[in-house]
Amino acid sequence: MDDDAVPIFRMEAISKRYGGVHALDHADLVVRAGRVHAILGENGAGKSTLIKIMSGVVAPDEGRMLLDGQEVSFANPAAANAAGIVCIFQELSLIPDLSVADNIVISNPPTRFGMIDRKAQQAIAMAALERAGGGDIHPMELVKDLPLSRRQIVEIAKALARKPRVLILDEATSALTAADVETVFGVLKRLRSEGIALLYISHRMHEIAELADDCTVFRNGRKIATYPAGSKSDDEVVELMIGREYSSVFPPKQDNVDRVAAPVLEARNLSWMQRLNGISLTARAGEVVGLGGLDGQGQRELLLALFGVLRGVSGEVLIDGKPRNISGPRAAKAADIGMALIPEDRKTEGLMLPMSVRDNLSFAAMRQISRGGIVDRKAESAAIDRMMKLLAIKAANPAIPVGALSGGNQQKVVIAKWLMVEPRIILLNDPTRGIDVGTKQEIYALLRQLAAEGAAIILYSTDYDELIGCCDRVLVLYDGAVKRELAGAEITEHALIASALNIDHRESVA
Amino acid sequence: MTTDKLNTNPAPRPNWTSRIDLPVATAFGCIILLLLIGSLYSPNFLSPEYLLQQLKVGAFLGVIATGMMLVILLGQIDLSVPWAVTLGAMMASAATAYGPMGEVLAIPFGVLCGVLMGLVNGIGVAYLRIPSMIVTLAVNAVAQGLMVAYTGGFAPVDSASPAMRYLAAGTILGIPNAVIVWAITGILAVFLLGRTTFGRAIYGIGNKEAAAYLSGVPTQRVVMIAFALCGGLAAFGGVLLVGYAGKAAQSMGDAYLLPAIAAVVLGGTSILGGRGNYLGTIAGVILITLLQSILSVMQIAEFGRQIIYGGVIIVMLLLYGREKSGR
Amino acid sequence: MNGLRYRFAEQRGMLLALAIFVLMFALYVANHPAGFTPNVVQTAANKGVLLALVAVAQTFVVLTAGIDLSVGMIFILANCLASYLLVGTPIGVALGVGGVLLTGLACGALNGLLVIYGRLQPIVITIATGAVFFGIALWIRPYPGSAAGFSSDLADALTGKVFGIIPASLLFLVVLVLVVWVPFRRSVIGRAVYAVGSSEPAAYMSGVPVMRAKFTAYMLSGLFAAMGGLFMTFFTYSGEASLANGNTYTLSSIAAVVLGGVSLFGGRGSAIGAIFGALAFRAIGDLLFVFDFDPLWQPLFQGVVLLLAVSLGAARLFQVRNRLDLFS
Repeated sequence: MDDDAVPIFRMEAISKRYGGVHALDHADLVVRAGRVHAILGENGAGKSTLIKIMSGVVAPDEGRMLLDGQEVSFANPAAANAAGIVCIFQELSLIPDLSVADNIVISNPPTRFGMIDRKAQQAIAMAALERAGGGDIHPMELVKDLPLSRRQIVEIAKALARKPRVLILDEATSALTAADVETVFGVLKRLRSEGIALLYISHRMHEIAELADDCTVFRNGRKIATYPAGSKSDDEVVELMIGREYSSVFPPKQDNVDRVAAPVLEARNLSWMQRLNGISLTARAGEVVGLGGLDGQGQRELLLALFGVLRGVSGEVLIDGKPRNISGPRAAKAADIGMALIPEDRKTEGLMLPMSVRDNLSFAAMRQISRGGIVDRKAESAAIDRMMKLLAIKAANPAIPVGALSGGNQQKVVIAKWLMVEPRIILLNDPTRGIDVGTKQEIYALLRQLAAEGAAIILYSTDYDELIGCCDRVLVLYDGAVKRELAGAEITEHALIASALNIDHRESVA
Repeated sequence: MTTDKLNTNPAPRPNWTSRIDLPVATAFGCIILLLLIGSLYSPNFLSPEYLLQQLKVGAFLGVIATGMMLVILLGQIDLSVPWAVTLGAMMASAATAYGPMGEVLAIPFGVLCGVLMGLVNGIGVAYLRIPSMIVTLAVNAVAQGLMVAYTGGFAPVDSASPAMRYLAAGTILGIPNAVIVWAITGILAVFLLGRTTFGRAIYGIGNKEAAAYLSGVPTQRVVMIAFALCGGLAAFGGVLLVGYAGKAAQSMGDAYLLPAIAAVVLGGTSILGGRGNYLGTIAGVILITLLQSILSVMQIAEFGRQIIYGGVIIVMLLLYGREKSGR
Repeated sequence: MNGLRYRFAEQRGMLLALAIFVLMFALYVANHPAGFTPNVVQTAANKGVLLALVAVAQTFVVLTAGIDLSVGMIFILANCLASYLLVGTPIGVALGVGGVLLTGLACGALNGLLVIYGRLQPIVITIATGAVFFGIALWIRPYPGSAAGFSSDLADALTGKVFGIIPASLLFLVVLVLVVWVPFRRSVIGRAVYAVGSSEPAAYMSGVPVMRAKFTAYMLSGLFAAMGGLFMTFFTYSGEASLANGNTYTLSSIAAVVLGGVSLFGGRGSAIGAIFGALAFRAIGDLLFVFDFDPLWQPLFQGVVLLLAVSLGAARLFQVRNRLDLFS
């Protein structure tokens, strides 16, 4: 690396305030061509504000940006794009009703006589898809008809079609399957060798270890450190991120499984539309059962099926050993079943963001805090206070909109909202995705505590460490079926990955 | 765990009066401004008689706007209000013609017809997932068709029952009964929205229906009931109007659709749903009523009234009806 | 590869509207006492084109995920204005036509500016601007009628027949589609309109000119609504500031747009679909006449058909296996 050369992009003392809060506080960043620069930090550390400023979505309050040594400012994303800075956002920026090709050329479609040249557009799109590892995607397919992981590939193709010099990837792999991640990494490494500067934001440490050349850690809107990748241990990095000792993330597993009574939840041979192919499972009181496997192998559908959201599920669900027909979330949360689902997407499925913390918390637990359809406000306040303390939800008061909280606190509200129902069976769909380390730790402790109090917990996680650290048993799903069940010491990263990839060499696991 | 500076001061639960927000305050400000402008023209504008009279005239709109508000809070719209009003008016006066029993049942019957009409809307929106703008448009056309066919295209001959006249035109201790009826409707609405699980469900669905469903709220039932309530309240407004005017008329409901929507929106309820309170709707109703009254007192020609009416609403919306900026 | 499949999917809404229209019109003609004659077709076309123009106006705004409840009032305003301006020599008439169309553009521009810079919800703001437009219409034409020197030459030409067979109004509509809609659909700004309607945040993030797209959509909407009003004048030789007519055209335009497969959520559908939707809606209304029903039943019949048509869309609900998909 020639440190003396003018970096392709430099930020100097950039600050941005929202209300009284410093989202960025005199932050610096140096981005060089032909290198992958990883940005690390907890949620709320200022990473997303940094990206938004770089890509012209928001304007900084103070500080300056230099492109090739020249001071620049961007009025909007289009201006940043024109300067060669292209961002792949965490929230997808694809337009659902347009075709893949329309989307790829959206910011600058090829024209002939003032009209869009569809043939040229098709050619550009195919080339970009090929480069992004999505050669199998038909350019005329509508984006809304594509699965999430394919959309992410289209998003990358769209960015490449704009001929970026600096490419920003914000959690770009969070929706991808493992196979797609491999493809994308191949693409990114090639781009690096072509001299493009890549800015890579991810919560996944092993991805950063594989890809990054330089790392910068942000905390509370400030740049804490920049260092060459690989020069610090994981523990050291996490310490930089959270600013305190990083010790024993996972609470000890205590065995308080009730093996005498009938399992609280049992499913037999659940099948649904080729996405679930005969899944059976049991969960006993006091037990944390993990769901593993690659993303998209039926885990989400399994949880929705148990919760009664899916129609036309065949098979049997037994509660306390008795067959039950759960017709929907309303039936599932009733006292005699006592089931709760922490859904996948807290922003659209878990919370009403503009509504207050209080209204969100009490929303599912109306039966507990009302009589005859009339809300008992005293009981409501008491329950909310209890929950906010139990989960240590950081909100100035329960009347502020939940959308104003940090991601981690929002997720706590989702969990607290369901704990208010006093569930016996808790289904969690990747509850720590995109959440900072500190909050994760709190959630792990809470799960163990709930299990100790007698709840049966089913936890789906895309993070193998989490399954290893939290679960008593793990069911690894592959193509809608349980590929392998791991218990106790069998739950190792190797075993999880091997069975997830369906390359099960049982002897090597033992 | 980090438990520093947490909930040491749980804020008191704000009650509905302290939730007065900018739109509601602005709406009341506009009301005072209108009264001042009116009083420059004629001192009568500040007299209690005039104000009571305005409240009475506004009561009909107030009852209708209450139903509209429920639907708008869900993020939906009810364009079938015109013929729900007319349906209620015509059916109640039709029932009156059937002897003493008919007279007794006239009001409930009129309201019931509106509820049924609202139920059709609600089933279409909640269970068939048809956009409310379309369903209610179609149901409005169907109701219009039914009423036109029923009356043969002429003004109906039946007239209001004494009970209807009393509710709409009578007074208790000098207070018009219509105002009392509106006040009772309003109190019930405030209670429904603020204190019941049904009200919470309405706000939740208006914000994010998927999240409300996953929380175990029977979203479809709530939506259906809200539309039925809206239809019933519109029909009840029609019943009151017939009591006020004596007879139903073909197009009596047409004049209430746009004012009802405008009143709700000027009162700060988001047309996208999920946000708004009843105090704002009260302000919106009074605002619209005063505006109409002043324009007619000033004897401005119809065209001028239309232009000023539209213009004033645009200006007021620009003052505070704006969405938050994206950037 | 099978690009054809995607093309077909794109046109499905339009094809359905076409099918409904052909069916309804066939029923209408088959039972019409005069049968399938140029005169019957001409009358039907003239009435259909009126609504079709307003439906196209509505389409532009609906594509941006907005709604224009003032199209009927712009239509009425243009009608009243045209009854004054279409006077004298051909040049005078041409100037008059220009004036009417410019007024329509101005009305659309006002709506657009209020929606974009006022950041107001279209459904609310167009109700208010509609009141203003209607007020102006009432001002210039308090009583139905037309100016003294009203020239009917252009009117007769555009509502008559070409070669004695083809209704001129229909031809005019086809030309409009070819010179306005088709280029619009294939232009960069046209795509921007679709993008904005489908997902405004995504469009903004992608550098799509969001404001320009919306503004264009509202302007074109005003222009087409004014063209509808112009045709109304050609048809009746007079202007009338009728509130009921304005409301009817606004509501019918929404019905036509929905029948024509344009999504009220924006980003999907075409003006061609809306035109067939409008023609179908008109044919449905006219069916009653040929079956000798009392005209009193027409509103009921139209309402029931509309209700049934939109309920058909509910059939897809039975295929939904994941209840969460119901809410998207």
